[in-house]
Amino acid sequence: MVNDTRAALVRRGAIASIFLLVAFLAAWQWGPGLLGVPSFIVPPLSSVATEFVRAWQVYHLPLHTGVTAAEVLAGFMLGSLLGAMVGYLLGMSPTAELALSPYILALQIAPKVAFAPLFILWMGFTVYPKILVAILIVFFPVMVNVLTAVRNVDPDLINLARAFKASRAQIFWRIEFPSSMPPMFAGLRIGSTLAVVGVVVGELVGGNLGLGYLLTFGEGQANTPLVFVSIVMLTLVGGIAYLIVILIERRVLHYLPARGVGRNI
Amino acid sequence: MSVVRLEYRNVTMRFADSNDAGALTAVRGVSFSVHDAEVVSLIGPTGCGKSTLLNIGSGLTPPSEGSAFVDGERVAGPNAQVAFMLQKDLLLPWRTVAENVTFGVEIQGLPLKECKRRAAALLANFKLAEFSGHYPHQLSGGMRQRVALARTLAVDPHVLLLDEPFSAVDAQTRMVLQRDLAQTLKQANKTALLITHDLAEAVTLSDRVLVMSRRPGTIIDEIRIEMPQRDNPIARRRDAKFNDYVAHLMDRLDIAHVALEREGEGAAW
Ligand SMILES: Nc1ncnc2c1ncn2[C@@H]1O[C@H](COP(=O)(O)OP(=O)(O)O)[C@@H](O)[C@H]1O
Ligand SMILES: [Mg+2]
Repeated sequence: MVNDTRAALVRRGAIASIFLLVAFLAAWQWGPGLLGVPSFIVPPLSSVATEFVRAWQVYHLPLHTGVTAAEVLAGFMLGSLLGAMVGYLLGMSPTAELALSPYILALQIAPKVAFAPLFILWMGFTVYPKILVAILIVFFPVMVNVLTAVRNVDPDLINLARAFKASRAQIFWRIEFPSSMPPMFAGLRIGSTLAVVGVVVGELVGGNLGLGYLLTFGEGQANTPLVFVSIVMLTLVGGIAYLIVILIERRVLHYLPARGVGRNI
Repeated sequence: MSVVRLEYRNVTMRFADSNDAGALTAVRGVSFSVHDAEVVSLIGPTGCGKSTLLNIGSGLTPPSEGSAFVDGERVAGPNAQVAFMLQKDLLLPWRTVAENVTFGVEIQGLPLKECKRRAAALLANFKLAEFSGHYPHQLSGGMRQRVALARTLAVDPHVLLLDEPFSAVDAQTRMVLQRDLAQTLKQANKTALLITHDLAEAVTLSDRVLVMSRRPGTIIDEIRIEMPQRDNPIARRRDAKFNDYVAHLMDRLDIAHVALEREGEGAAW
């Protein structure tokens, strides 16, 4: 019975959601014309669609999308790996955390995307500066979440393991590591969207590949539809990255009680 | 008399005080022993050092002075002869019930098959077999506490240290759990030190009750519970002597004259 109501709720939500999408697309198509907004400011949906086909054929849209996606993937994976590792290390060593915390705080406050020009100076117009910006920007949410998770493990739980004569490694792998999973995934979710930001800023600053480049290219040509196409594709890349994280999270955290409505997507 | 399983010899424990440089003496000069297959309860006001004694017995914290002994050997760190259980179930949410029960034996390196065999036997014994594949959040508080007890017993310890194990569950569940514990301890001939603030629990479950003073905690009384059926707390509650024992413990704890005090020791005012 409870399941029934929930299923009905989900169905109603989905229908409303689809309705909103249709309404939004319709507004995009006819809204600008009705309000007298010129098409170089907000091009209608149809001209963006036409531009999409043209970009696919003429401007190598698949290539640019692929490059951006690959950079996002690389930056996200390396950034979260590094963030998690540093998070565990600092979490297990209060001395190291105390020593490093002012620098970590400074780095965290510094706007990471501002490093993009610097990295391009260092590494040229390659994919590496973009990946590096993504790494830097993904690193913090993951690191901070892992660090806090390790810190917040119930000391009685550790004592329980110790009373069973657990080694340091056993305490880590059987208690601290699994305890840190839910907060780590919260960090990974944030990281997956931030990775796209990092990569795009890198691409905007320099190079001739990726959706960020296509964005500046469209801007230079006053080709508003191409700018829109690039934004849509970037959203798609970010959305897929986020979705992948969610799917993995559901697998890994399958033991958690099902969350409420909409499961917090 | 039979062999001594657990002994505290002149144990004193001091902690660095949080607000001034001085030291806080939690327990002072505590000596007592628990014999094989004996169940001893420890009661006393909050903050008198009961949990501290448990930590010392399980080898988690070394005492400032004196020593604890298990099976005649000085406790110098965690050891396989002792297992503890707390008020919190401390179940790992990512492990199933069966996997939680095997947590201790796994760490101690028993072969996986033996771990599983023990878990299955214990869960069957506690009528939890059908829940072995469930996760902790799917169980009631009483069931979770029973799983925690199964985990404690899985390592087959000589001595069980129980720190207010049932104080977080409702009164009815508590009685059921007390009965299960009493039966298990009797059947398996286990030695146990039970910390509790429930005087009825102390009287119904134990052979002996030790009363501690307020901090710095010392043992101020020892009452032998001369009632049969230590494996049947419900029957003991109906015993004519039950109320006398509880009344005596109340007197010893001076409950009638204790004003309610602030919790949180060492507050500045
Ligand atoms: N790790 C610790 N550091 C400082 N003080 C502690 C520590 N553990 C316990 N204490 C203090 O020792 C006293 C006894 O604590 P505890 O053994 O938990 O009491 P009980 O279990 O009898 O309520 C309390 O005043 C408590 O604040
Ligand atoms: Mg206590």
